[in-house]
Amino acid sequence: MPDTAMPILDVKGLETVFRTRGGDVHAVNSVDFHLRPGELLGVVGESGSGKSVTMMSLLRLLPSPPAEMRNGTVMFDGQDLLKISPEELRQVRGSRIGFIFQDPMTSLNPVYTVGFQLAEPLRAHLGMSKAEARARSVELLRLVGIPDPEQRLKDYPHQFSGGMRQRVMIAIALACDPKVLIADEPTTALDVTIQAQIIELVKDLRQKLGMAIIWITHDLGVIAGIADRVMVMYAGQVVEEGPVNEIFRDPQHPYTQALLKTVPAVRGPRAEKLQVIEGQPPIMHEAPDACSFRNRCKFAFDRCAEENPALAPVHMPGHRAACFLLDKASTKEPEAVHG
Amino acid sequence: MLTFIIRRLLTAIPTLVLISLIIFLLLDLAPGDPLADQPLSIPPEVRQKMRDALGLDSPAYIRYLLWAKQFFWVEPLYFIDWLVGTNFADGMQRIVSWQFRAPVFDIIVQRVPQTLWVVGLAYLVGVMIALPIGIISAYKQYSWFDQVGTFVSMIGFSVPPFFSGVLMIVFFAIMLPWFPSIYDTTLVVNDFESLGQQIRQMTLPVMVLALQTTAQLSRFMRASMLDNLNHDYVRTARAKGMTEKVVVLVHVLRNSLIPVVTVIALGIPSIFGGAIITEQIFKVNGLGQLLITAIYANDLPMVQTLAFIFAVLIVACNLIADMLYGLLDPRIRYD
Repeated sequence: MPDTAMPILDVKGLETVFRTRGGDVHAVNSVDFHLRPGELLGVVGESGSGKSVTMMSLLRLLPSPPAEMRNGTVMFDGQDLLKISPEELRQVRGSRIGFIFQDPMTSLNPVYTVGFQLAEPLRAHLGMSKAEARARSVELLRLVGIPDPEQRLKDYPHQFSGGMRQRVMIAIALACDPKVLIADEPTTALDVTIQAQIIELVKDLRQKLGMAIIWITHDLGVIAGIADRVMVMYAGQVVEEGPVNEIFRDPQHPYTQALLKTVPAVRGPRAEKLQVIEGQPPIMHEAPDACSFRNRCKFAFDRCAEENPALAPVHMPGHRAACFLLDKASTKEPEAVHG
Repeated sequence: MLTFIIRRLLTAIPTLVLISLIIFLLLDLAPGDPLADQPLSIPPEVRQKMRDALGLDSPAYIRYLLWAKQFFWVEPLYFIDWLVGTNFADGMQRIVSWQFRAPVFDIIVQRVPQTLWVVGLAYLVGVMIALPIGIISAYKQYSWFDQVGTFVSMIGFSVPPFFSGVLMIVFFAIMLPWFPSIYDTTLVVNDFESLGQQIRQMTLPVMVLALQTTAQLSRFMRASMLDNLNHDYVRTARAKGMTEKVVVLVHVLRNSLIPVVTVIALGIPSIFGGAIITEQIFKVNGLGQLLITAIYANDLPMVQTLAFIFAVLIVACNLIADMLYGLLDPRIRYD
């Protein structure tokens, strides 16, 4: 993937806060990332690391209150998605940016037919007539591999299996030929064989349609198989990002290293014990002014409690990590924050 | 669906027979003599003749079967005769009210219009107001609109109609003489003037009753909407780029209506029986008032028949509620 192409989606300094009775929760802290056309960006991290919240913030899909996007810009197609009017945003949602959610069992409306739910974005965004929307719906269901699409349009979500429902969700997200598809843990709620089918389907669709994809998951194996670039999140921050081979071959951040160790090896001698990262991710009541991983980090030293490390380039191009150990290792001072 | 309806109608038969028997036995156990309010000067032998004529001394099961025959056979025949002008009934004995000395059904037919006008309209008005209030309150949770709605519902819940009714009369009939305090049953609506009069005399009782319905249903609607607004499919609809209007009124509303429609349907029987107090206050001689006077007068055939009609309505509305449930929610299928 050429590194020079202009990003289609460019996020800078994104900050999302949940205002609760117990005080503010800083769910996303000054997150920067970009997505190039046709690229597949994998986003990994533990539960609660702010992966989903970050992506939902992009389209302002979080209920507000309590969520509040305090800072940042989300440049997409020359517009800042955080600044445009609700009406303009509505025209981006579902037409130029598609979204797939985690749980296909609850993500479809139970009282409307699949055909109705699939036709909605087609009619709203592309102004299709009923007949046109129907024809396109049949085409879409066929594209995502649902057999007998003419008949299945009349069925309700409960008449589909989990994997088939996720295919319907993908069809809805792709209905208007989006430039970006955000998949929020699309396979987590499915069993393993179905997971593999869905991943194959998305790979295949990406080849055919050429959209850029953001794939959120905690499954590192999936990421290794499909992503071009990987972004590792912890406590609402990006702690490391880089090309997928780099991240897996030479992880720089202690969190990424620990995360990779937790994946049990299939080959080689059987491990005595599954590797875990000790401790819990922090509850983010305070604005981060120290490294949020320090309490679980084997290498933590004084500076980690005093400042919050920024993302800085490491030796390979496009590979960045946020850790003071990298300062120690190289004599280089941290450079510009945004890449 | 059709087999479900037929099956339900068939199972309703033993239910209703049992209900009618229980009503009959309860009334039979109750103390009181239907001849008690006759003058004491009636000689005992004449009194006995009256008792014989009314069949009061025959065994309970004979009296029950007689009533059942009259209710299920004779009265429908009279109804058919009236409808198409045949003569099936041919002078058979109808259920006669001891108090009015007239067929029970003739009196009920006289009373139904008042009840439907006042209580039925109040229910309709209550539903029409409650649903939008519930929707807006939930969508704008904790806004001033929601707070006002909550306050008004609390009043509707906690102030009984015998108080709010009198309060209405004091305010809107005495202090501000806008509406009459008494419902004039003899009013015939035949022109715009009398129609206006009818609307004005209906206003106060309808308001009192509608306040109760609105209070209950708007809370219910609000809770159901709130429950659904947080569902994943709502997020999907927004992510598809649907307008808020579509999200709320197409996606959330239909799901939220499923439990509310059941409550609305189950509330319909109470239109016919439940407005006893309000009918008393505004002197509306509807079915509620008919039942209560029949109870005072020991008019057993009237009480028995009315109570049983209420039971039939409740069973029927249960069936309607189940059918609506199936229509609104595709996950529920009865075959």
